[in-house]
Amino acid sequence: MLILTRKTKEAIRIGEDIEISILGIEGDQVKIGISAPKSVEIHRKEIYDAIQVQNNEAAKLPKDIFTLFEKESEG
Amino acid sequence: MLIDTKYLGKVQIEDEKIIQFESGLPGFNDETKFVILDIPGNELMQILQSIQTPDLAFIVTNPHYYYKNYTFKLDEPIIDSLNIQEEKNIVILAIMTIQEPFHLSTINLQAPIIINSKNKQAKQYILPYDQYEMKAAISFPMEEKGV
Repeated sequence: MLILTRKTKEAIRIGEDIEISILGIEGDQVKIGISAPKSVEIHRKEIYDAIQVQNNEAAKLPKDIFTLFEKESEG
Repeated sequence: MLIDTKYLGKVQIEDEKIIQFESGLPGFNDETKFVILDIPGNELMQILQSIQTPDLAFIVTNPHYYYKNYTFKLDEPIIDSLNIQEEKNIVILAIMTIQEPFHLSTINLQAPIIINSKNKQAKQYILPYDQYEMKAAISFPMEEKGV
């Protein structure tokens, strides 16, 4: 992993069209500005990871799931 | 074409029904082709079935059935990437995580499936704020009491 040290208001450029700026630092929080083409998706990592986990869980249903629906409607 | 499905065996589908997820879904980035299948006798839910992988299928539902006031704003990148021209072409589905007993099942409101019904381009859209849960309940205490 490339590690760079930046101060407030300094920035990093990635490739031709992505710029990441350090807008401010307060305690253990860093405010980051990202300029990137619209086609580049930007997500907070923990949210993206959680959606992956949720999708995996949703996809792992047993094949006989519909018997469950029938059971419920009978009950 | 005839496809193998997770829940319904072999199913005949029309090519124009195929929905394209250009970059897959989170956790399934190589899965780009799906089709929506009806579940016999169940009008509330449908199956989002992968064309490529018979074993991959999600149960999806109209989130407004459970959450009438569910609304969010689509940002410009997704409107562009799905080439959405008119609001009426947008179809919104929520992925369900079915649990036993069924009333403990949840729906993912934080990352709905957005489909442009006109060109069949789709994407799982991760809402950029935390207004909605990814494990939203589908039943509420009041209903359980039979009120």
